[in-house]
Amino acid sequence: MLTILFDGIAYGMLLFILAVGLSVTMGLMNFINLAHGAFAMAGGYLTVVLMQRFGVPFLICLPLAFLATGFLGAIMERSLYRPMYAKPHLDQVLFSIGLAFMSVSAIDYFMGSQQQIMQLPDMLKGRTEIWDGALGMGHYRLFIIAICAALTLALQYVLAKTTFGSRLRASVDDSRVAAGLGINVNSVFAITFAVGSGLAGLGGALGAEVLGLDPTFPLKFMVYFLIVVAVGGTSSITGPLLAALLLGIADVPGKYYVPKLGAFIVYSLMLLILLWRPQGLFVRKGGH
Amino acid sequence: MQAESHQRLQSSLLQPARWKWAEFLFWGLVFLAPWVLPSHALMVNEMAIVALFALSLDLVLGYAGIVSLGHAVFLGFGAYSAALFAKHIMPDPLVGLCFAMVTTSCLGALCALTILRGSDLTRLMVTLGMALILLELANKLDWLTGGSDGLQGVLMGPLLGRFEFDLMGQTAATYSLTILFTSFFFVRHWVHSPLGATVKAVRDNRLRAMAIGINVNARLAVVYGAAACLAGAAGALMAQTTGFASLDVFALDRSADVMLMLVIGGVGWLYGGVLGAVAFKLMHDVIAGITPQYWTFWIGLFLVVLVLVGRERLLKPWTWWRS
Repeated sequence: MLTILFDGIAYGMLLFILAVGLSVTMGLMNFINLAHGAFAMAGGYLTVVLMQRFGVPFLICLPLAFLATGFLGAIMERSLYRPMYAKPHLDQVLFSIGLAFMSVSAIDYFMGSQQQIMQLPDMLKGRTEIWDGALGMGHYRLFIIAICAALTLALQYVLAKTTFGSRLRASVDDSRVAAGLGINVNSVFAITFAVGSGLAGLGGALGAEVLGLDPTFPLKFMVYFLIVVAVGGTSSITGPLLAALLLGIADVPGKYYVPKLGAFIVYSLMLLILLWRPQGLFVRKGGH
Repeated sequence: MQAESHQRLQSSLLQPARWKWAEFLFWGLVFLAPWVLPSHALMVNEMAIVALFALSLDLVLGYAGIVSLGHAVFLGFGAYSAALFAKHIMPDPLVGLCFAMVTTSCLGALCALTILRGSDLTRLMVTLGMALILLELANKLDWLTGGSDGLQGVLMGPLLGRFEFDLMGQTAATYSLTILFTSFFFVRHWVHSPLGATVKAVRDNRLRAMAIGINVNARLAVVYGAAACLAGAAGALMAQTTGFASLDVFALDRSADVMLMLVIGGVGWLYGGVLGAVAFKLMHDVIAGITPQYWTFWIGLFLVVLVLVGRERLLKPWTWWRS
C-alpha cells in the first residue's frame, strides 16, 4: 500500500518536472503548446543515444539532456514560436499539434518505432524495504524524487527571491503593465521557454525508464501534461505541483488495483474538477 | 418611395441566403460522381462522411467559436450506436441512423454543460477528456463493444427495403451524399436565420451579445447539440457503410484530422468543411501512396507552414511573402 503511494509520488514529481515549463509558458504568453512533450522526448532519446552509442554515463547524460533541449527550445522559440503568440488559440493548437506530429514521425524514421530500453547504472538499481516490506522503495524512484524535489525548491527560490523571478511573476500577472514598467517581457519569456523545455528534456531523460520511451511519447503524455496545467492553474508553480502529485497518486493505484478502469478514473476526475473549478483548482484571486 | 428602398434593403440582406447557380452545379456534379466514376465510389462515400463530420465541427468551431479537440467523441458514439442498433435491434439503415442521431444529440446536450464555462484551455481539456473517457469505456466494456477488436458482424439491411449495399459502394455513396446534402441544406438555412446570426454574435463578442439580451449559454448549447447530432450521423454512416465500428473512431487523430480539413477549406464557411474534406482525402491518398508510414510528418509540416503563412492566405499564394 505504502509502496504504491511511494510510486505515485515519484510519478507525480516526474510529471511536475515535465509539465512545469508548459504551465509557466502558458500562463505567461497564454500560448497553448501541444508540442511540449516533443521536448521531453528529445531529452529521452538524446540520453538513450549518448548512453548506447557513446557510452556516456547516465549521470552525465542528465545535465546534457537539460542543456541540449533548453538550447533547442531557445532556437524554436526565436524562430517558430514567436510569431504565434498574437494568433488566435485555434492557430496555436494547429501549429503545435503539427509540430508534435512531425516529431513523432521524425523519431520513428530515425530511431524506429520500438520502445527504447535504458540501462541504469548499478548504484540506482535495487530497492530498499523497511517496516517488514510494508514500504518498498526502488532506488531509482528515490533518486527521481530527490532530484525533482531539489529542482522544485530551486525553482521556488528563483521565483520568490530573485529579480528575475519577480520580473517573471509580474509578466505572468499582467504582461502589458510589466512591459510598461520596463521589463523586457520577450526576453523573460525566451529564457523561461528555454528553461521549461530543458526541464522537460531532463524529465524525459529521467522518466524514460518509468514512463516508457517510444515515438508516440508526445501524443501519449500530452494529455497528462495538459491535465497538470489545466487543473493546477497557470499562475503559480505550487498549483501544478499539487496537481501533478494528485495525478500521480490517483493514477498509479488506479492502474494497480483496477487496471480495467485506470485511465478512466483519471480522466473523469479531471472532468469533474474542471466542471467544478473551470480555471483550475489552485487559482489565485486577482491574477489571471 | 420608402417602400421601394425598404424592399431593396431587404433583398440585399437576403442575398447571401439565396442559392446560387454554382451551388446547384456543385451538388449536381457531386451526386453524379459515384455513377460516373464507379471505381471511386467508395472514396466518394468516405469523402461524404468526413465532409459531414467537418460540417459539424464547422458549426462548433467556425460559427460558435469553441476550440474542440475531442469532436471524435460524437463520431464514435454515433458509429457505435448505429452498429449496436443494427446488430441487436433492427438492421434497417434509416431507422438506425435516426436512432444514432437521437442518442448523440442527448450526449451532445450533456457535453454542452461542460463547455459553457472556463477559458479555451479548459474547453480544449474537457472536449479532449470526453473523447478519452468514451475511448476508455468502449475499450473496457468489451462484452458490448468488442473492445480493441472492434464491433464485428454488423449486417445492414437494404436501404428503404429495396437497395442492397453493394461491394462497389455506389448505394453507400449515394446514401451518404443524400444525408450530407440534407444536413447541409438544413444547416445552410439555419446559419442564415436569426438564430444563426445570434450565434455568430456570441462568437464575435460574448459580452456584447449578452448585453443585447442574447441568452449565450442556451445558444451555445443548441449549436453544440446540433453539431453533435450531425457528427453522430457521420459516425452512423461510417459504421453502416463499412459494417464495422472500431476504437479508432474516438482517437485524437480523428479530431485533429477533421480540424485540419476544416482549416484547409476555411473556417466559418459551410463549403469549407466539404471542400476541405475532399482536398484532405485526396492529399492523404497521394502522400500515403508515397510514404505510408510517415505521412503524419507531412501533415504536421503542412499544418506548421499553413499557420506560419496564415491560413486565410492559403488560397492566395501571391500574398505569402508579404508581411
